[in-house]
Amino acid sequence: MLEAIVGLTALGGGLGVFLGIAAKRLHVESSPLEGDIEAILPGQNCGQCGYPGCAAAAAAVAKGEAPVTVCPPGGRPVAHALAEKLCLAVDLSGFAETGPMVARIDETVCIGCTKCSRKCPTDAVIGAAKQIHGVIADACTGCGACVAACPAGGIRLEPIPVTLQSWYWPKPGTGKTPRSGNGVLTQ
Amino acid sequence: MKLFRIRGGVHPDPRKDATREKTIVDAPISAVLHLPLQQHIGAPARPVVKVGDHVLKGQVIAEAAGPVSATVHASTSGAVAAIGPVPVPHASGLAAPAITLAPDGKDTWAEPMPPLPDDAEPAAIAARVAAAGIVGLGGATFPSAVKLNLRERHKLTTLVMNGAECEPFLTCDDRLMREHAEEVAAGVALMARALGVGRTLIAIETNKPEATAAMTEAAALHPGIDVAPVPTRYPMGSEKHLVHTLTGLETPARALTADIGVVVHNIATAFAVYEAVKLGRPLVSRVVTVSGGAVAEPKNLRAVLGTPISDLIALCGGLTAEPQEILSGGPMMGQPLRSTDIPTVKGMNGILALLPSDTRRGPAHACLRCGTCVTACPCGLLPLEIAANIRNGNFDAAVSAGLMDCIGCGSCAYACPSRIPLVQSFHYAKGHIAAEQRVKQHNEEAKRLAQQKAIRQEKLAAERKAMMEKKKAAAAAARAAQEGTAEP
Repeated sequence: MLEAIVGLTALGGGLGVFLGIAAKRLHVESSPLEGDIEAILPGQNCGQCGYPGCAAAAAAVAKGEAPVTVCPPGGRPVAHALAEKLCLAVDLSGFAETGPMVARIDETVCIGCTKCSRKCPTDAVIGAAKQIHGVIADACTGCGACVAACPAGGIRLEPIPVTLQSWYWPKPGTGKTPRSGNGVLTQ
Repeated sequence: MKLFRIRGGVHPDPRKDATREKTIVDAPISAVLHLPLQQHIGAPARPVVKVGDHVLKGQVIAEAAGPVSATVHASTSGAVAAIGPVPVPHASGLAAPAITLAPDGKDTWAEPMPPLPDDAEPAAIAARVAAAGIVGLGGATFPSAVKLNLRERHKLTTLVMNGAECEPFLTCDDRLMREHAEEVAAGVALMARALGVGRTLIAIETNKPEATAAMTEAAALHPGIDVAPVPTRYPMGSEKHLVHTLTGLETPARALTADIGVVVHNIATAFAVYEAVKLGRPLVSRVVTVSGGAVAEPKNLRAVLGTPISDLIALCGGLTAEPQEILSGGPMMGQPLRSTDIPTVKGMNGILALLPSDTRRGPAHACLRCGTCVTACPCGLLPLEIAANIRNGNFDAAVSAGLMDCIGCGSCAYACPSRIPLVQSFHYAKGHIAAEQRVKQHNEEAKRLAQQKAIRQEKLAAERKAMMEKKKAAAAAARAAQEGTAEP
């Protein structure tokens, strides 16, 4: 009986001391929040937010220096996810939503200098030296890095056109489109 | 035959009297035909003709692109006038790529495909259906050949032919069964052969006694095919509900009826299959009901694909009044159209011009929580609960309340005493969720690309550094060697 009490007390005490020391010695300085926030951000390090890369932007958001609407290419979904992560109630309706954009190269202006393709964080610009370049729309995030890089001023960001595949019904009462035909019949 | 009761549903006034006794009339070829490349679910077809080419009726002008796609054929003889975007029958009013034909007025058929024998292999029947560009003509427009090939992956027991035609106003399937019962039954037999099923049921709502009699007579020639009258109740034509009514088997949520061994095809599809297999003709025309209070003389028209619907309405004496709504399809699930300057497509079973007295438009009132929608829902959902969550932007809660199990039949919106556009809000939520998923997927892909580029750049930088050091070392060695030779 006594052996059991002494044994268990010693075990408990010993483990407690061990955990205490481990917590002190293995303490991590950075906030785990930064990592979580960086995982939410698109991770292209495009610099549109004004911070040098997504890690720096994540640090600023974690410290409360930057708003959750910091990331332009991430748009509304990223802002929404950040607000949820930080338990902030943010009015996203005021968030300037330009909609998703895609870069477009003017073929009559392109001189084939490859400056834009080197700047593109996602390798969305294809083209070799002295060849006209093109943009793979599916890989483009609309970050605009190529727009600034083009010496000929031949790259523009354009809104992604709405197609039959991407169009969907507006929220009832908000759009000017006719209401859905479903169940329109008089009873 | 024992039938099983489905839950929910509504009884809208059928309003089929305007066209149910109207014989199908061939519509003349219009001055210009637009054939959209996507008249089906799946990938748009790929054009195989150039502007200026002369094509014959039934000639392939765009071929199926991928396993789920459908071939498009010229619906008359003439010249390819343009390939480009035209407005298509869609609620958005957006344009989509299409091939525009300028008919030469001769309507000359191309050489038909050779007819297949009665004992053709199932795979050969399915291949012919694919070559004929046949899709589900009840409105779902899923490529039929893909469904006829389901025998490869599922153990099938029953084929259900959907002749319920539960949408008000529409009588095109009714007329087709009455006027072409033998051809339809032959098509059904071919489909049953392709699927390898032992039992085939032709389901017809009890409000179509003439069609039931005609099909019973025609089906008697084919062993294993029976006609099953089903109660007149909307949405009897929903495939999962029709299967439940006939077999008592419930299809699991978000699964296919094939998972419980049943395949459902539309009756008009069977007619198209008959034409393709026995006459070698691809799908170039379909029967369309043109009706509604604003149409002077409602009719059933057989129109070649691509015919502008304004021409079909003109053939019915035009509009007598300004319509409140022009719909493609029935009033319960149809798509509102922004103009009549759009082509007839494979999935278009009706064109309705509804008067204000036909529709119940008006401001929506607040939800009374009366539960009428819950009683009406054939899927056992709580439409009021789902709609409230969507209104508050709580999409996750809407999904867990069963949003993705909603078939969009419109029973709840029809029954709602407050005129709440419930189905529109479900469409909106489904579209919104799909759009967010697309953005998320795009962002993840972009992140992967960015990481790969960073890794590559690091590797290149390291290689460059190594090269520089090697060069430096070589230069130093050369210098040392030079000094060594110069010294003595």
